[in-house]
Amino acid sequence: MSDIVGQAAAAAGAGPGAPARARAVIIGAGIVGNSLAYHLARLGWRDLVLVDKGPMPNPGGSTGHASNFIFPIEYSKMMMELTRDSTEQYKQLGVFTESGGIEVARTPERMTELRRRCTQARAWQIPAELLSPAQVRALVPYLDERVILGGAYFPTVGVVDSLRAGTLMREQAEGSGALTVLAGAEITGIVTDPDASRAGRFDGRTGGRVTGVRTTRGDIETDLVAICCGVWSPRLARMAGARIPLTPVVHQMISVGPIELFEKSPGEISYPIVRDVDANMYERQHGGDMEVGSYAHRPIIVDPDAIPSIEQAALSPTELPFTAEDFDPQLAQALELMPGLLGDERAGIRYAINGLISMTPDGHPVIGETPEVAGLWSVAASWIKEGPGCGRAAAEWMTGGVPEIDIHEADVSRFYPHQRTTAHVTARAREGFNKMYGIVHPAEQWESGRPLRRGPAYDRERALGAVFFETAGWERPHWYESNAALLERYEERLMRRPGEWESRWWSPIINAEHLAMRDNAGLVDLSAFAVLDITGPGALDAVQRLAVAQMDVRPGRVVYTSLLDEAGGFRGDLTIMRLGAHAFRVVTGGATGMMDAKWISDHLPDDGTATLADVTSAWTTLGLWGPKAREILARLTADDVSGQGFPFGTCRPIEAAGITVLASRISYVGELGWELYVPAEQGAALWDALWEAGQPSGLVPVGIGVYGTTGRLEKGYRAFGNELTAEYNLVEAGLARPTVKSGDFIGKAAYLAQRERPPAAVLCTLTVDDHRSASGEPRYMLGGEPVLGPDGQVLTDARGRTSYVTSAGSGPSVGKHILLAYLPAGQAREGNRLAVEYLGERYPVTVAVVGARPLFDPGNERVRA
Amino acid sequence: MTVLCLIETEPGGASEASLRALGMAAGLAERSGEALAAAWFGPPGAVPPGDLAARGTRLGYALAPAGPGGYAPRAWARALVHLSARLPDGAGAGPVSAVMAAATDRGSEVLAHAGAITGLPVAANCVAVTRAGPGELRLTRQRWAGSLLEDAVLRASPALLTVAADAVPPADAVPPADAVPPADAVPPADAVPPADAVPPADAVRPAGAVRGAGPSRGPGAQPEAAPAPGTAESVRVQVVEQAVEAADLAVRASESEQRRDGVSLATARVVVGGGRGVGGPEGFAVLEELASLLGGAVGVSRVVTSQGWRPHNQQVGQTGTKITPDVYLACGISGAIQHMAGCQGAKTIIAVNTDPGAPIVAKADYAVIGDLHEVLPALVAALRERAGGP
Amino acid sequence: MEVCVCVKRVPMVGGAIALTPDGQAVDTSMSGFTVSPHEECAVEEAVRITERHGGTVTVLTLGPPEAEQQLRDMLALGAGRAVLLATDGTERGPVATAAAITAAVRDRGFDLLLFGNEAADTGGYQVPVRVAHALGLPCVTGIKRLEVTPGAGAAGRLVAGREYRGSLESFELPLPAVVSVKEGINLPRYPSLPGRLRARRASVEVLDPGPAPAEGLRTERLRVPRAPASRARVLGSGAGAVPALVRVLDDLGVLR
Repeated sequence: MSDIVGQAAAAAGAGPGAPARARAVIIGAGIVGNSLAYHLARLGWRDLVLVDKGPMPNPGGSTGHASNFIFPIEYSKMMMELTRDSTEQYKQLGVFTESGGIEVARTPERMTELRRRCTQARAWQIPAELLSPAQVRALVPYLDERVILGGAYFPTVGVVDSLRAGTLMREQAEGSGALTVLAGAEITGIVTDPDASRAGRFDGRTGGRVTGVRTTRGDIETDLVAICCGVWSPRLARMAGARIPLTPVVHQMISVGPIELFEKSPGEISYPIVRDVDANMYERQHGGDMEVGSYAHRPIIVDPDAIPSIEQAALSPTELPFTAEDFDPQLAQALELMPGLLGDERAGIRYAINGLISMTPDGHPVIGETPEVAGLWSVAASWIKEGPGCGRAAAEWMTGGVPEIDIHEADVSRFYPHQRTTAHVTARAREGFNKMYGIVHPAEQWESGRPLRRGPAYDRERALGAVFFETAGWERPHWYESNAALLERYEERLMRRPGEWESRWWSPIINAEHLAMRDNAGLVDLSAFAVLDITGPGALDAVQRLAVAQMDVRPGRVVYTSLLDEAGGFRGDLTIMRLGAHAFRVVTGGATGMMDAKWISDHLPDDGTATLADVTSAWTTLGLWGPKAREILARLTADDVSGQGFPFGTCRPIEAAGITVLASRISYVGELGWELYVPAEQGAALWDALWEAGQPSGLVPVGIGVYGTTGRLEKGYRAFGNELTAEYNLVEAGLARPTVKSGDFIGKAAYLAQRERPPAAVLCTLTVDDHRSASGEPRYMLGGEPVLGPDGQVLTDARGRTSYVTSAGSGPSVGKHILLAYLPAGQAREGNRLAVEYLGERYPVTVAVVGARPLFDPGNERVRA
Repeated sequence: MTVLCLIETEPGGASEASLRALGMAAGLAERSGEALAAAWFGPPGAVPPGDLAARGTRLGYALAPAGPGGYAPRAWARALVHLSARLPDGAGAGPVSAVMAAATDRGSEVLAHAGAITGLPVAANCVAVTRAGPGELRLTRQRWAGSLLEDAVLRASPALLTVAADAVPPADAVPPADAVPPADAVPPADAVPPADAVPPADAVRPAGAVRGAGPSRGPGAQPEAAPAPGTAESVRVQVVEQAVEAADLAVRASESEQRRDGVSLATARVVVGGGRGVGGPEGFAVLEELASLLGGAVGVSRVVTSQGWRPHNQQVGQTGTKITPDVYLACGISGAIQHMAGCQGAKTIIAVNTDPGAPIVAKADYAVIGDLHEVLPALVAALRERAGGP
Repeated sequence: MEVCVCVKRVPMVGGAIALTPDGQAVDTSMSGFTVSPHEECAVEEAVRITERHGGTVTVLTLGPPEAEQQLRDMLALGAGRAVLLATDGTERGPVATAAAITAAVRDRGFDLLLFGNEAADTGGYQVPVRVAHALGLPCVTGIKRLEVTPGAGAAGRLVAGREYRGSLESFELPLPAVVSVKEGINLPRYPSLPGRLRARRASVEVLDPGPAPAEGLRTERLRVPRAPASRARVLGSGAGAVPALVRVLDDLGVLR
């Protein structure tokens, strides 16, 4: 600490003043802010300032009251990797203590879920094993094994000292001379230059660019402000006119002690942490006390503006007064599980809080530059188990690199405006809270805030018995109950799922729709597509720089292309239509639309010669595919839609049913047909016209169950986020073309290098040979499962990446359940027999295709018909 | 009309707290043109006349309730009620309009009994008071041990009040030119009660800062009956015997036990305070050593006693002991208002804290920024060296 | 021993207390609620007395319906019965409070009425004394040491002690009696899980305290004291500040 002599500043603002300028100002000295400061310094940034209104080392945020334990198991690969990286960082700092952890099951459903978790753990190479009640008891002698049916043991679970970790990271950054820490300094404003919005910028960005912050210790000029303020983050973001979509919610925790057994055990923790997941609680030894935490109580959402100040708080601002009436109903279950230990009358509830934690609409952190304000970054909604990893990823990103972990699922720009509203954030947090320890199906749908985005044909679809799934707020028919009549026709070829788990959020109708489309034609509502127009004299150059594929094609061409990051990983996967010399239309998935828009916008030229407009709401898209698609469309148009007149890979306006339609002949389901773009208000009219014209040809409405899964997988089409992630490349994904365009594009250097060496893994199509489980019941994988070699070990490639199922689904036309997975190059042999583990059992699979060749119609004759 | 103040005595005379209360009583009397009288239980000489004179008190009543001696709360209250109902020799003083006492254990207890006996309200922990009209006082009292102030109107005759002694100026305060009155002993000028009802800072302070010194007048008119500082000779002390009911004597203090060894926290000249920053029970050795070197006592914050690191009788604060030392050396104490409520009576506060932003640093007179485990051993060593050897 | 402990629901506050905009009340929108620290000790003392001598602890409060939560908190600590004198939430002054409590406890045959020395919020220092007078019972306040000898008639008595200027003064009172205690008389226990479960299932007797009589002390408004401007002189940091610190101590005349 520098020597301070002289008159202290007024009131609580005592301490050194703020530097006039900083490379970056990091707000918040919790685990995330400290980690970010440390990693930025490590990556060579200097003149960093870390500001917190509270005192060090515990300024009063959620880090200060965290229960500080880490379970490595996550279904999300990103969350697993952030947790793994964080754990490594904690270990390097010497603040990690391995304790082991057990999730116990009270119900048969939970036992199945624990099998699923152990299987997922295998895919991620996390040690895990199922335990009998007696085995659980042997590890946790104070647990009544009669209450449980078994447990899943994760021996690498541990506890950390997150405050110490933060202190060490902060002090290292300070010690290297890169960081100035302002404790007890409050941010009173974030200064922006509203005129700094670059011309042609994505129109969501209205807030200009950050130029500095105001603090109670003076103003600091800076180009980069990182909000690492946990539950306060929305308040800080609002100062600059941005929204960080998270909300504080209450997590109740009590600490019971003294526990006689623990008084005798050395150190902070000697017994495994128990997650009583069916009761939504955990029990974790903390020295002489047992901490009991709960996610069982009613969701208690707190307005960020209602968080008390440090001075007003009885404990700390994020340790709100305990509301016993919310916790008490769970006491009986805690006592039931650990009757002797928690039932000891001498052990008292010595500490009890309504601790504030951050929740986002989808449970993932929010990392990245905000879409509204350039230079304003969010690194928030991270828990202790991800904190250091989030800090590192954000630092890698900020300093111009590509985060080693693919964090697109945590990108703050993934949210649409409606998803950043207080109503949406709180509704989803409320809904998600009690799922924290729930058994959540991978396809499980949210209920709150729906229906919001409705396509023009929504009412017609409802009338047809559409079962809607939600993507980015859009209601998308997943299948149509009206097609139940088809079940009989295709009974022989339906891949019915007797297993309860994989029959959830699924219907055999999907398979029937699929077969009907392949026999005749299907009509698909694609309103959820994000549609982005790039126009201007610089548009071609801009698009060329973004896309891997050659975009200097003649107008009227449709190009499927990947977007890469600088390291050659996938950043996007979409189609681009060249509508004119200076006009391109980007069509991408609803789920990634906002991220793609920001990525494109960030890479448009500064001179304003190309502009991006989000025209999603202006256009709606209907897909018409199947062998009879042409005859149906021909009934509505006089334009030439013949194979020669309208070849595959082209687009052009046609007149159909009195509507000017932009027809684009491509397909994601492997059939002849078109994406038909019309102004949104004419979408219903087009639907009606197609519907009527299609009846003589056996047209059926087809849902996203076919479009996104069965049709796609039969064709081996890759999906962004599943197969196409930042961790794999074009060569491995089988998407490398024979030649590389001459001009530069983002990731080109990396891509060229990737082409020079043999791929470590190759994306393959696998088919399941035998579905019978030990009980004889056929089971169907859903994705995420580990792929095992002949030795029963999870396949691992030369880069240490394990093989797991990236997509799974029926292939009704090929009569197989289809799995996609990256396999180590040595195992990527067609006909190679491997195994997939599902819910703890192994199923034989065969490598059907190595690379991108379709399983169905390998010659693509249907598409080009 | 007369303002009557109960004085608690101790071997050296009036207690510090009582003199502070008397100072506030004097302010009320002066501003409302009333006489000031003091009453105490004990012999007439128990309170030096000079202490009374310095605050403009001309009348002293040495009360002796009939019956066994010693402190008997109800009997004392009864005697005080009788006295206030009719002063034996008015000497132009007139009826008693207000009875005040320091808000000590005894002062609070006696006034509560007086309130119960008379059925009159009691305003506890007042920090400012002024007359609003006949039978009506406008006052400011502490709530939440001083974290909040309440402006209130008390309608009663006589008015019964206790004085938050540690929140009003010390009895022997010699106001230097740049002195700042203790926080909120005086309401801000823009506050209710209106400015004219608020005693100026120097008016509530004993006018004669030096005991027995000559008169010095406060601002404003000085009515005939108003008290003015005088000399010891100007004080008339009368012995008053009051009959009390037998039931009033049922509860009385028995002989005090022997004084414990060591320095009493409440009366120590130096208090070495320790808080959460001490880290644990073993961390107090150096504080004990320092306190012993300075002839002081160790005091602690609430977190320390609730953690069981130290006994509660060492707790300084709202629910612990209120201290009035010359120097309070607060080490590793953040300075929550609840703690400050117990140490605001200290003449000088020195904070030792790692956090320059800690509230205690803002409230202290001096601060050392650093870890107490580094600073205190060095201080102990320096003091030992100064004293000539280890 | 039948012991009654009177408690008061008060907001749990930090170092700074926010007020409602009209200055009439503490802003409790962000607060939890508890009972005054002294009262927690009173309950603990009562529980210990009944643990030693048998009998029941009854907790009683005058307050809004929500004060039931505080009664349950006390039941979790070992009280056996709870009585809520349910108000509409309007703050009642000490005279009115004492009157309501007096009426509620008068015919219940309590051997001992325990109070906290003063409520954390209003700090009136007088309710126990007023109740004692109204019931014609002996009373002592500010107690930090209590020994009870149960017994019928004159045999029942208690000895209560407190600090007085560094020494101890003690009082002997016949039972029944009223005693107010201060924090430090004991270290209150924390509620056990079984205790909380029992409290959850216990019933709370709810009574109507009737209208409040007028008080002679009328609150006009509350306000937050001005924070004093910092006047601290920073003497330095770490051990390097010790010479300056010694000089200051010397100047203050506390070095011997």
